[in-house]
Amino acid sequence: MQRKGEKTVIMAAGCVIGVLASLLVFWGNPVNMGFCIACFLRDISGALGFHSAAAVQYLRPEIVGLVLGSFLLAVCRKEFSARGGSSPLTRFVLGMFVMIGCLMFLGCPFRMILRIAGGDLNALFGLGGFVCGILAGVFFLNRGYTLRRSYALPRLEGALFPVLMAALLVLLVAVPSLLRFTEAGGGPGALHAPVILSLAAGLIVGALAQHTRLCMVGGIRDMALFRESKLLLGFVAVFASALVCNLILSAITGASYFNPGLTGQPVAHTDGLWNFLGMLLAGWGCVLLGGCPLRQLVLSGEGNADSALTVLGLMAGAAVSHNFSLASSADGPTANGKIAVILGLCAVAAIACLGTFRKDRT
Amino acid sequence: MNIIDARGLSCPEPVILLRRAMASGEASYQILVDNHASRENTTRYAQHQGYQVSVTEAGGVYTLTFTK
Repeated sequence: MQRKGEKTVIMAAGCVIGVLASLLVFWGNPVNMGFCIACFLRDISGALGFHSAAAVQYLRPEIVGLVLGSFLLAVCRKEFSARGGSSPLTRFVLGMFVMIGCLMFLGCPFRMILRIAGGDLNALFGLGGFVCGILAGVFFLNRGYTLRRSYALPRLEGALFPVLMAALLVLLVAVPSLLRFTEAGGGPGALHAPVILSLAAGLIVGALAQHTRLCMVGGIRDMALFRESKLLLGFVAVFASALVCNLILSAITGASYFNPGLTGQPVAHTDGLWNFLGMLLAGWGCVLLGGCPLRQLVLSGEGNADSALTVLGLMAGAAVSHNFSLASSADGPTANGKIAVILGLCAVAAIACLGTFRKDRT
Repeated sequence: MNIIDARGLSCPEPVILLRRAMASGEASYQILVDNHASRENTTRYAQHQGYQVSVTEAGGVYTLTFTK
């Protein structure tokens, strides 16, 4: 009975999240990018000057909202718990490579769903790679892969990341002159919903994801591991509701929110092999981390310092991607990006093997 | 009783440890976890396997006892 209730709640939450993602595009976000944790962290890295790609610089309030929404609900539910110490630097490095994979594909697992819901069939290659990456991770989990135990930490350690996020919001509102912003018409960074709507959507989605444990990786992973469908239903609900909302918006506004095909897709390229390999890297890395980029943000809001460090790794990965020309563009992947994804797959394989087969595991 | 110490481990590791232990087919198991997601997930898995679940909490550590 309780399990049925859980499934209803996560499907309802998934529907709300899908609708909000679709509405954020209506309110001004780039097409098929109501939410994209990878893109938004990349934009924040740009806004802070960690990279100088002028087209992708904006302090996305959605990210701040996700962390604070999770933080506030976790505190209310007495689930806030400062923890950390589970292979922190390994998580940072995995975060970097997950971001490199995401920026090869041009989107995190969340945006992958939204791209499919917007008719971008290139994302199906990404989905194929994502599933294979998750299955690779499951192979190691079944053989004992672990990043070892985390430990209780002082409350300050868990609260610092939400405080940092709140500070970023203050910067955006009070002293935006300190930040870098993409000029109007200069790229995806210039397209955004009003701050208050972005923040509110982030807060709602952060709280819903904290409550339901929604994770884009966890759905397929748990189905493969345990035949457990709860998280997968959330994943499917996000897709279905975003698709329906896109169709409704198209009918009401006359603009195209659903444009099925391979070519001419917004913030996407048509190289199927590298879409596949990018998300293979992202999916595999995320399983080794214990959750997708969205889940890492939500956990960091609950006081998990390891997840906070993973998010910082994602941001560092974004900076590296743009500083070293690893990120793809609408023209396709770069040579540097292809090398980085191959190196990333080697690094993730090494971390998976060391976390599974080393003899000093506890 | 087979006791599994999954404190400090994040999901899905506690569930994998529980599944591995339950392969032995004993009538009762106990697992120690210290986060809410692990408590929910191990409970869900054990119920799915036909076990009754009882929970006690002390100092942030949940002791879940599964019996058939």
